[in-house]
Amino acid sequence: MSESNSFLDKLKKKFGDGITGSNFDAIDPWIEVKPEAIVDVCKYLKTEPGLQFDMLNCISGVDYFHTDEKKASKADWEPHLEIVYHLSSIALKHTLVVKVMLPRWKDGQEGVLPEIPSVEKVWRTADWHEREVFDLVGVQFVGHPDHRRILCPEDWVGHPLRRDYEMPLEYHGIRGR
Amino acid sequence: MATQLDDPRIVEFDVRTDEMLVNMGPQHPSTHGVLRLVLRTDGEIISEVEPHLGYLHRCAEKIGENLTPRQWIPYTDRMDYLAGMSMNLGWALCVEKLLQHELSEKAKHLRVIIAEMQRIASHLVGMGAYGLDLGTFSPFLYAFRERERILDLFEEACGARLTYSYITPGGATADLPSGWLQKCAAFLDQFEPIIQDYHDLLTTNKIFIQRTAGIGIMSADMAIDYGCTGPVLRGSGVDHDLRRDGEERYTEMYDGYAFEVVAEKDGHYPQDHDYPPVPPEAVVGDCWHRFYVRMLEVVQAVDLVRQAIDRYSTASGDWGIPIKLTQKLPKGEVYLETECPRGQMGFYLVSDGSSIPWRTRARSSCFCNLSVTADLCRGCLIADVPAIVGSLDIVMGEIDR
Repeated sequence: MSESNSFLDKLKKKFGDGITGSNFDAIDPWIEVKPEAIVDVCKYLKTEPGLQFDMLNCISGVDYFHTDEKKASKADWEPHLEIVYHLSSIALKHTLVVKVMLPRWKDGQEGVLPEIPSVEKVWRTADWHEREVFDLVGVQFVGHPDHRRILCPEDWVGHPLRRDYEMPLEYHGIRGR
Repeated sequence: MATQLDDPRIVEFDVRTDEMLVNMGPQHPSTHGVLRLVLRTDGEIISEVEPHLGYLHRCAEKIGENLTPRQWIPYTDRMDYLAGMSMNLGWALCVEKLLQHELSEKAKHLRVIIAEMQRIASHLVGMGAYGLDLGTFSPFLYAFRERERILDLFEEACGARLTYSYITPGGATADLPSGWLQKCAAFLDQFEPIIQDYHDLLTTNKIFIQRTAGIGIMSADMAIDYGCTGPVLRGSGVDHDLRRDGEERYTEMYDGYAFEVVAEKDGHYPQDHDYPPVPPEAVVGDCWHRFYVRMLEVVQAVDLVRQAIDRYSTASGDWGIPIKLTQKLPKGEVYLETECPRGQMGFYLVSDGSSIPWRTRARSSCFCNLSVTADLCRGCLIADVPAIVGSLDIVMGEIDR
């Protein structure tokens, strides 16, 4: 899509290394952004005339990890997390997908959640969506004003949408598995 | 020692007012399911509202990682259980987008009939339940009388009354039975004059207007910032409807249909029908306008179904054969949003090339619509909280998934 190409030119000019990749052959074209640059890129995407992505539709977290070693050796990716932002513009009726790649654990230390700056200040939608991604996928959103679980109970252990998640044996006397 | 009542400190202690925490829900009837609102109140005035969700969380997204797209269809039914057909449609279109599957004309018109009938049924519940929230019982009964007949029609088409699993990737599980279109048309003819009753009962009812007009005013910018969609967004005067502005795969279903997006433009609503006038007390973006948009969309949906019935009976092609249960999915990822009765429902599907999706994600419209409550309720009266939450028309099944 040529429309998305012009996004990319504009963004590359502005952020240089902050934009690490793109794919315009995909069904939904996407650009990849460095975690540190995400807030600035989002602010720019929202306010720049001609882009005006005034609505954040969805934030999703995707865990790329095989629990099965056989499958892991065949996979064409290293284990990682992807945070996917689906943006659209009500004024200009166009859409864009922004992706951020994160390690599964911060600095490779198992159990320490990876960090990404929060975009809550850019779109208020991000408030609850980031809480949900934290709750289910396990990503720390730095700068989020109300960083709590949203769907699971506050004392829940683990992040269910991780591929290696295991249901707890017991929760307050209720058998888990 | 006898207490001395004239001691000023005692008097001071007796009349001291405190902030009070009031728990509303999770079983409160006007929270539409199992939503818990913690209200921090100063007398009758709300200073803070904190919604607590998750009581209906059923791990739909996790389950979706273990089932093929067609097997996941029943789980989408149970998200927005008042508009199961619309949920089915959203997921079906998303899978078809990944498969690059093209539908016949007839299958598209069938989907328009079903989706718009579902919109009527869903808005009827929204209307009736809103009346209940505000303390009037009768509109609920009137609304359910007509909704029942729509459910009868759905039951005839697919065998279920609530969780349909009717629209599937590739088309639908069955064609409409013979004689169904006539019954549907007969229902519309009977239903259309009844809409005036609803307007008499609620829209133009003086008490209803006093309870809703000027309450919970949300500006267009605020609605967009919070990601509100559907009637909540259009009630704030934003002219945006995915049936017109959405992705081609979705809008092509409505190609050639005559309909006007229901939102206030230049001080007035669409005038294709004889709608009741907007009361002078109502401000764009308040509870009354959100309700009004829903009522107008019911009339719009009646028009759309009528057009779709005409097209369907003359269209060529089949009604859409579902894809195989274990159809292999191409590698890739797609995201697609559709205009459901309550707003834009999005599905995100990541596939690694097998028949089971790597990741399924449901973007819930009510989830975003509800997130605005805390801001809307700040400073209002306790009695206005049900009016505001009700006007957002939430379904907890969709929020918690």
